[in-house]
Amino acid sequence: MTVTVPSGSLARGRALRVLRAGRSNPTLAAGSVVLAIVVIIAVFAPLLAPFPADAGNATHPTQVLLAPSSAHWFGTDEVGRDVLTRVMYGGRTSLEIVVAVLAIAAAIGIPLGLIAGYFGGVVDQVIMRVTDIFLAFPALLLSLAIASVLQPSVGHMILAIAVTWWPWYTRLVRGEAASVVRRPYVESARTLGVSHRRIIIRHVLPNAATPVLVQISMDAGGVLLTAAAISFLGLGAQDPTCEWGLMVSQGATYFTTNWWYATFPGIAILITAMAFNLIGDGVRERLDPKRVLSR
Amino acid sequence: MLRFVSQRVALGALVVVGVVALTFVIARVIPGDPAVTYAGPHATAATIAAARRELGLDKPVIVQLLDYLKGIFSGSWGTSYRTHHKVLSDLGTALPASIELVVAGIVIAVVLGLPFGLLAARFPGKSVDLLVRVVSVIGVSMPVFWLALILQRLLSGDLHWLPTAGLYNPNLYYTHPLTSYTNIPVLDALITGNFAVLGSALSHLVLPALVVAAYPAGLIARMVRASVLETLGESHVRMTRALGFAERALFTRYALRPALNPVVQVIALVFAYSLANTFLVEAVFDWPGLGSYAANSLEALDTPAVMGVTLIVAITYVVLNLAVDIVQAILDPRIRVS
Amino acid sequence: MSLIVRELRIGFGERTVVEIDELQVGDGEIVGLVGESGSGKSVTSLALIGLARSAGAWVEGSIQLDGRELTSLDEAQWRQLRGDRIAMIFQSPVSSLNPVFRVGDLFVRALRLHGATKAEARDRAARAMREVVLSPELLRRYPHQLSGGQAQRVAIAMAVALRARVLLADEPTSALDVTVQAEILELIQRMRREEGISVLFVSHDLAVVAGLCDRVAIMQSGQIVETGPTAATLRAPTHPYTQGLVAAIPRLGGTHA
Repeated sequence: MTVTVPSGSLARGRALRVLRAGRSNPTLAAGSVVLAIVVIIAVFAPLLAPFPADAGNATHPTQVLLAPSSAHWFGTDEVGRDVLTRVMYGGRTSLEIVVAVLAIAAAIGIPLGLIAGYFGGVVDQVIMRVTDIFLAFPALLLSLAIASVLQPSVGHMILAIAVTWWPWYTRLVRGEAASVVRRPYVESARTLGVSHRRIIIRHVLPNAATPVLVQISMDAGGVLLTAAAISFLGLGAQDPTCEWGLMVSQGATYFTTNWWYATFPGIAILITAMAFNLIGDGVRERLDPKRVLSR
Repeated sequence: MLRFVSQRVALGALVVVGVVALTFVIARVIPGDPAVTYAGPHATAATIAAARRELGLDKPVIVQLLDYLKGIFSGSWGTSYRTHHKVLSDLGTALPASIELVVAGIVIAVVLGLPFGLLAARFPGKSVDLLVRVVSVIGVSMPVFWLALILQRLLSGDLHWLPTAGLYNPNLYYTHPLTSYTNIPVLDALITGNFAVLGSALSHLVLPALVVAAYPAGLIARMVRASVLETLGESHVRMTRALGFAERALFTRYALRPALNPVVQVIALVFAYSLANTFLVEAVFDWPGLGSYAANSLEALDTPAVMGVTLIVAITYVVLNLAVDIVQAILDPRIRVS
Repeated sequence: MSLIVRELRIGFGERTVVEIDELQVGDGEIVGLVGESGSGKSVTSLALIGLARSAGAWVEGSIQLDGRELTSLDEAQWRQLRGDRIAMIFQSPVSSLNPVFRVGDLFVRALRLHGATKAEARDRAARAMREVVLSPELLRRYPHQLSGGQAQRVAIAMAVALRARVLLADEPTSALDVTVQAEILELIQRMRREEGISVLFVSHDLAVVAGLCDRVAIMQSGQIVETGPTAATLRAPTHPYTQGLVAAIPRLGGTHA
């Protein structure tokens, strides 16, 4: 016998569950809402932005450094481009960077951590010493050094930041892996002849996954701020790429007379970083409440 | 306790050597010829070749690395290609300026963050708690360079409450010259009783220190709140209450001391983090510290200088971690056994 | 001192977790409060020292200490009582002591809180330690340097030094070895004999309670289902829950009773 459920009530049920989840974890809810808005604006920038051409090389010598008005909500920059448009497109760049950096860092860090924790011994020592050395470099410094070696660009900056970010994941995963390895069911799996690879993927990885996920969600804000800082110093994104940090540094020169140019991209960074951090907090509350707040 | 300390020191030394080797490798990858920079803009082929020999660039890489390591331990950190001063003496003026800034920033951060974190833990869920949590999230999400610009414009440019940039008023070089012992302006002015410079240095310090303090303050507040709340859930707190101690005593002593452990660790971490990130603040406020020195050196491909900066930062990081370990062992006797 | 509880209701939000009509601990009596985890026995003992509220619960009813009504006390008055008249010891004795303080440090501070001078406090602490058969030297140690048995003795010593008249013991021996358990139980009996302390002994272990308590109260789902002199109640339990508990006590040499 088939039971027909009115489609309205299904949707209503789902909505209620989301609301209930939101109420029990307001941090996660708030962060998610803000991030969702940022993502939508970024993804649909070509459609939403008032002057899409301004995201690139366009110049409008007649509208240089105009104050915010109804035509240009965020004003224009020193070559006449609409700042609102560039801020919106900047969102795309930022999201790109955050996702790429975290993906690369995780792709390097997690396997290294798994190997170090699982096999222990010399392998562990070697990997952890290398990790320690990379950890002793503050992210900004190493990123700057690398970025100054290679031509400044968004791609190189992503690489530079990722190279400084992976050690944290290695350390984290290694700790989890080392403790899982000692558990009786892993020992018995080994005596049964299960291959190392199988054990790592089947048993170690799922256990290590939660703290890593929490850490990744907590890191997104940091990556964004680091990327903005590197671009601010001129060693990351270059004009005409729209990047918020770059725009703040470009606007800094005119700041005393034209406040809007540096202000709005800065606000964008602040709001997006806050959204990331709130989500990170919310995820941590949900999945790993005992976690130390910072790395 | 002694074994604990010596173990940590040995590990730290190992890390520092690793850092040096890594930086050396990176430096060798930098395209561009340091000999050209050293010889200056009007060099001929001959002078460049001479420069190369003088700088030891004609020797094999391994030899260069070993020479460098030997040099470090004997106190010779090389000569800057750019300033032509010894790197150590360059660092001797740049580092203290950054330290002045970061110490001031961290002090402000602790003074703000600790009490507010405690307040939030004392009244969890109430409006104080919410306020503290919101402001701390803003603090850790704030782009430092942007905050610097905004505060500089508002408090200096528009309201004229505070000076805009620099260590202290340059006119004072002539009227009240400062003798340097530590190269930390505020400290030197205090030691030598040079109150004109002291006042100027302090007022110049306020703005950049506030900017530096934003992130640490937010982080510390969050950390204190979380740690105290967690400690309050532990058994010994129940016992303390059962003995008749007041809530206030818990927050000033009995719950606070065990809770401070992770907070101390965070303070040290954030000190190292802030030291590295002074780049941004120094750029905006024309602060002649480590950050500016590093930025200029990187731009000029000044390898010895870059190496020197990296070395100093790595050593600071290691020393700080060591200090944290020791302080933690003092605060929490359980740690001494592990 | 006697403790008389009437019409006690404790709950969290909408949920009522404890409904006790009557519970008495007479002067110099050892009363056992027995129940499984979740029966509400621990939160009941917390309420008797006024700490249920800081655990988030609401409390209604009457708790009288020698005729003085405790539920109407304000926090300051409760603080005077705690330690001084009513003391409490907990499960996991080592974790119940503040890990960053030397044991003697906390001891002396607690005594000074209740009015002793530094010299008096040190003196009383040392004497109390000897009474619980511990060397006063141990006061210089940190909690993690003590064994479970030693830590629990220290907690009892504090109650003795503070001259508490009522001791609330929440599963004090559950985390200890059997031999150490016996020592602690013997110590409690001696405290009753020599100091006249009244004891409420909360436990899930009927066998332990059987050996120690004068009277026993059986708790199930927040209510006292049976109460009476220990030997009589356990020999001939009337309530099915009690009967079940008694039947479950392992006996040497055979299966159950």
